[in-house]
Amino acid sequence: MVAAPFRYERVTSFEEAARALRERGEDAKVIAGGQSLVPMLNLRVARPAWLIDINPVGAGPIEDHGGYLRLPALTRHRAIEAAEVVRRRCPILAAAAACVGNVRTRTRGTIGGSLAHADPAGELPCVAVALGAEVTVQGPDGARQVAVGDLLVSYLTTTLAPDEVVAEVRVPTLGPRSGWSFLELCRRSGDWMVVGVAALVELDADGAVAAASVAIGGVAERPWPVPAEVLADLLGAPPAGERLALVADGAAAMLDPDDDVHASGAYRRRMAAVLGRRALAEAAARARDNGRPAR
Amino acid sequence: MSDPGRQRVAFTVNGEQREAWVFPHDSLLDVLRDDLGHHEVRYGCGEGVCGTCTVLLDGEPVSGCLLLAVQADGCSLVTVRGLAPGGGGLHPLQACFLRHGAAQCGFCTPGMLLTAWALLQRDPRPSRERVRRELTGNLCRCTGYSKILDAVQEHAARAAEETGGHG
Repeated sequence: MVAAPFRYERVTSFEEAARALRERGEDAKVIAGGQSLVPMLNLRVARPAWLIDINPVGAGPIEDHGGYLRLPALTRHRAIEAAEVVRRRCPILAAAAACVGNVRTRTRGTIGGSLAHADPAGELPCVAVALGAEVTVQGPDGARQVAVGDLLVSYLTTTLAPDEVVAEVRVPTLGPRSGWSFLELCRRSGDWMVVGVAALVELDADGAVAAASVAIGGVAERPWPVPAEVLADLLGAPPAGERLALVADGAAAMLDPDDDVHASGAYRRRMAAVLGRRALAEAAARARDNGRPAR
Repeated sequence: MSDPGRQRVAFTVNGEQREAWVFPHDSLLDVLRDDLGHHEVRYGCGEGVCGTCTVLLDGEPVSGCLLLAVQADGCSLVTVRGLAPGGGGLHPLQACFLRHGAAQCGFCTPGMLLTAWALLQRDPRPSRERVRRELTGNLCRCTGYSKILDAVQEHAARAAEETGGHG
């Protein structure tokens, strides 16, 4: 299969991209890594009149700003996976980036593109929601900051205006006594996840849970953040196995995933509970070890 | 709407300067095969899943079916023909594939070789698990993969011996 014809414009800044999007109208699409968009073009699921190629903008370095890492939107998954600063300061992001697609997907795919594409079974959206990451969105009249949780709306749907583009991503770094886990269930290596869980656990000096954040992917129209009232049952006590299992079961019980060709909704709910328990346990263990670097 | 029109792209393929006039919607795969005669780059799935159209773009493996030819302008491309040193011989990794029977129908082999070669550039002595993980995006319907892993590992071991490497 081959893509239907479209017109093509290269831009060298996000401001220029936003202006091009405004000028070209709603039939224009931004192309970053193209690892989700080009299959859609080849299958003619998407037939934009214009492609605005932001690759010439390039990606500067990943910067450590203390409490957060700043990643240019065009940072490739392979760069995230390999970056020492990410593996040390936000290892869950490096681990999730290593799970995206195959090596060719990761060579080209970008973090900004992954978030803007908003696939509910995407690894990076799930981890970004658990972390409370933010993006800078560039429009023709200026930039704004948006929490990833507010960016993602539904299947392949975001709050980006037709003339806006993701320019930068900021992910919180993990502090001392923090642990993480990213687990996913895939039918085949490189497939989209059937279910994935991103868990973060922070312990206090006495080994009791001080904070926890969990997002579950593949089970709803967007990565689902486990509500604070469910996670509250973890707080103030050591992360004992039975307690983690109860919380994971409680979270999974709130889900009503769809059936599809890969798994039934009931199976997804069950696996959310299983992976949720394992992820919380792994995150708690890593928190006790002060958070090991990724792999 | 007016005709989108062709544009000129120029890149190197296996060290040789090439150019083509392409439509924006032409994939790099189609241009390499149909315009430039590189039939060793193969169409498999058109979705970036199977790995038969793998080429190295500035040294890193990409799916030729998911890259627009216009995006390769100014880049350096390597196909499996570019692996062997000139003169028509085999690259030692290819020799290992032959020795191990790691190719049967051969359709996936160029992608396997390029992906494995790129891995060995970054990690000269990868574990079997690492090789397996790296090659998960290259599908083979003949060999059952074990022989491919054997071939990659043997090549890595030989290369390490020759360079006096350790590990």
